[in-house]
Formats: sequence, structure tokens, C-alpha cells
Amino acid sequence: MEPQPTEALETVFRLESPRVIAGVARLVRDVGIAEELTQDALVAALEQWPRDGVPDNPGAWLMATARRRAVDLIRRRENYARKLAEIGRDLPTAAAPPEEPAGPDDIDDDLLRLVFTACHPVLSAEARIALTLRLLGGLTTPEIARAFLVPEPTVAQRIVRAKRTLATRNVAFEVPYGQDRAARLGSVLEVIYLIFNEGYAATAGDDWLRPALCEDALRLARVLCALMPKEPEVHGLAALLEFQASRTAARTGPGGAPVLLKDQNRRRWNRMLIARGITALDRAHTAGSGAPGPYALQAAIAACHATAFTYEETDWPRIATLYGLLAARAPSPVVELNRAVAVSMAEGPAPALILVDALAAEPALRDYHLLPSVRGDLLLRLGRVAEARTEFERAASLARNERERELLTRRARGTDG
Amino acid sequence: MPRYLSLIRIEESDALSGGPSPELVQRMEKLMEEMTKAGVLLDTAGLTPTAQGTRVHYEGGQLSVTDGPFTESKEVIGGYSLLQAKDKAEAIEWTKRFLKAHEEYWTVTCEVRELMEG
Repeated sequence: MEPQPTEALETVFRLESPRVIAGVARLVRDVGIAEELTQDALVAALEQWPRDGVPDNPGAWLMATARRRAVDLIRRRENYARKLAEIGRDLPTAAAPPEEPAGPDDIDDDLLRLVFTACHPVLSAEARIALTLRLLGGLTTPEIARAFLVPEPTVAQRIVRAKRTLATRNVAFEVPYGQDRAARLGSVLEVIYLIFNEGYAATAGDDWLRPALCEDALRLARVLCALMPKEPEVHGLAALLEFQASRTAARTGPGGAPVLLKDQNRRRWNRMLIARGITALDRAHTAGSGAPGPYALQAAIAACHATAFTYEETDWPRIATLYGLLAARAPSPVVELNRAVAVSMAEGPAPALILVDALAAEPALRDYHLLPSVRGDLLLRLGRVAEARTEFERAASLARNERERELLTRRARGTDG
Repeated sequence: MPRYLSLIRIEESDALSGGPSPELVQRMEKLMEEMTKAGVLLDTAGLTPTAQGTRVHYEGGQLSVTDGPFTESKEVIGGYSLLQAKDKAEAIEWTKRFLKAHEEYWTVTCEVRELMEG
């Protein structure tokens, strides 16, 4: 044992708390109470460790302390229930007796239960995100609030309500294995994807906590890969995020202005993350027996970009094919628009324009500036300059971002591109 | 989230005298698994003895090549691990766990260095 400064203790707490919460939640069947008991164990540690030194296995110490408190709580409730019964009231169902201490594999199972519970579809996406970052990502409520640009009480409320919903709706603390597993897994993956995108969208934020969400999401995805090695879409999502993250350094210019994929300095892409993405994508293919899922398909598209040394050398026919598969698997007008861009690179602007024109009546794209922007680009390449300018003007009027609007206005005037 | 390279310096004689015990290997495998599951361990490996290494030196525009072993240094780099952690405190915590898995007769120094990103 060795005495340690408080900062080192906080690190240990952050590392251990998801596993402790998960282990205790299996006993008390309530993630809110599990988090409180874990917090109590941390307070106990904060009193004892600086005095007596940090135990050799701090995780096991915290787990044992929290479990002891859980058992006390269960006994108190049972006593209470018995007393109530004695005075003639309805007897609430007694909690299950505590189980034997868990081995490492059991802890993994508990962690997985915690993942599925925090991401339960009964909760809104916002609630799932907040709860996941808090219980599994080790973020504090103020950190989550700062990262999502919302007031701290809002996040605190979201977390409180989410825990209450899980309790009142009697959400079982379990890993789903039945018919609803695919949907439940989809709900988990969506949460991680949304966390990543929130960070990714914050290209030039003043606050490092926003871009750091990408790293939190990536870490959660890697954790899931280890917990569910047989789920192809888990590896698919991890691969997609590794590829996306590999471009972080190249995505913004010196003033923070976004740099388009085609203009990025590819030497600044992170090779290690690309290699990890390729490995994860291989695992997605090995684990999956059927057709690849939407995340694996998006990862495969990202892999085409990641492995091309220049924009022109990109395997556009393959990307077009992959977008076709993705459109069949998860139809969306945005996917269709992306497919049109890939087709224009693979086969030329004429066949792509047919695809884009088919989207003209799509209500979901009515105010989407990229539709006229892409159309303008294709028309320009076909030499239909006047029509192209009209499209760029329209695109500029729809753009939500000042920098994009400037670029599109320049193109409408014919002074750029 | 920053990345850290932990350069593992050992006294080569420790490693050569029979190498790590089966128990150490087992503890290490368990820890590596735990670190992978925590999303922290990106890569790790032990290195072959310095006798099989080569130093390529550049000075004054001249290249020189020296084959190992490099007897002048008692401590040598015996391995590395690449970690991704929330902060340096976390990287150090994992490094401590790595070191504590060793028997008491080992002398090991981990030099934890943050990678320059961007």
C-alpha cells in the first residue's frame, strides 16, 4: 500500500466506477440506487485510502464495499416489508437474496447489462446519451452539460428522470437475447454514434470537451467490441468511428474553417486509427454471416476514402456500389444523394444527374442545401453554366453556416470552381 | 483523448535469466485483456534482446551502423505499450498496475510520454 494524492484517487474512481455500478446494479436491480451506493463506497475510500493507503486491488475493494452496502439496503427493505406485512398491509415483492461475489466474466456481463439498460429504448435519445456518458463514460454532469452546450440542471434533470423511468417502467437489468436483441443493440449503437457526431460537428469549438466526445464515443465503441466480439455491427460501428476520427487533424484549416474531404491533406490522417479501422472492419465481416449491416457498410465506404492516397484515386465505383447496398438496407434520401456523388465520380455527371433529379420532389431534402449544391456541381460539369448558377444561388440561400454560404455565393457568381 | 507511449526499461539480465515466470505471463495476459476491454490499450509488445538489435546513428552528415548488444547500458528498452487515456493520471494508473504485476525481484522503469498530436 502506498499513500496517494487525491488526484490519483479520482483517477482510480473514474476507472472503476462503471464496473462497480454494474456489479451493484445486478444486486439491487436499479441503476440509480447502484450509482448512489457506488458513490457511498467512493466516499468511504476517500476517507480511508489517504489514511491507510490504496489497497492493492482498488477495484475489488470498492466493489466489496458497495456490495456490502447493497446487501444492507436489501436487508433493511426486507425488514421493512416484513413489518408492513405484520401490520396487515400488502407485502411488496422481496428483493432476491444477494448472489456470490462475481468473477471477471460475470463483471463483463454486468457491464453489458448496464450498457443495455442505460441505452434502453424506453428512454429518449438525449436521456440515453446523458446516462451512458455518466454511468459508462465516467463523465460528470457538468462535463456532459458543457459538451452538449446545455445548462447543467438540464442534464441533471435528464439523468434523474431517466433513472426514474427505468425504475417505474420496471426495465429489467439484463442483456436481451430474444427477438428484441437486434432493436436493443441498435439503440446502444445509436447512442454511441450520436455522441461521436456531437463531437465531430464541433469542428472549431472553443471548448475541448466537445471534440473530446469523439474520443469518449470511440472508447465506448472499443469497450463494446471487447464485450460483444460476435456482433458484426459493433465492429462495424467501431470501424466507422476509427476511420472518421483518423481525419480529425485534417478536417479544419488554420482558422478553424472546415476543409472538405477532397481538399484535405491526407498525410495528416492518422495512420494508426486507419489501421485499427481496417482491423475492426475485417472483424465485422468475419463475425457476420449475412449481408453487412448499415454501420459496416458505412465503414466500408469510409475505408475506401481512408486507403486512397488522393481524392481522384478513390475507388468510386466501389463506393457507388456500397451506397447502393446501404440505400437498400437503410433507405434515406441523404444516402441516395451521396450515391449520386459517387456515381458522378465513377461514371460521370450525366447518370448522376438522373439520380439527383429523382430526389427533387423529396420532402426531406426540400431545405437541404447540399441537394442544389450537388445538382449545381453536376450541371457545371455538363457545361450548363446558367442553370448551375441558379442552383448555387438556391443552395446559398439554404446554407445554415456562414462559411458555406460564402463559398456557394462565390460559385453562383462563377468566381470559384 | 491523448495517447501515451510507455517505454518499458528493464535490466536486460533480469529478462535473460530464464525470462518472465509463467505466473507473470498469466497476470500480464489478464491485465492486457482488462486494458483492452477498458478501451485503453491500443498496442503493446515486448522486444527481442538488444543482441539482435542494431543502432543506426547519424551525426555530422555521416551514418554509422552498430549491431547489438549495447553493453554500455544496463537498462534497455524491453517493450512498449501505447495507451489512450483521458489524462496522464489515468495513463500512470494503468502503468502502475502493469508494474505491480511483476515479482519483487524485478527492476522496471516505465517512461510515460504523451504523443504529440495533430
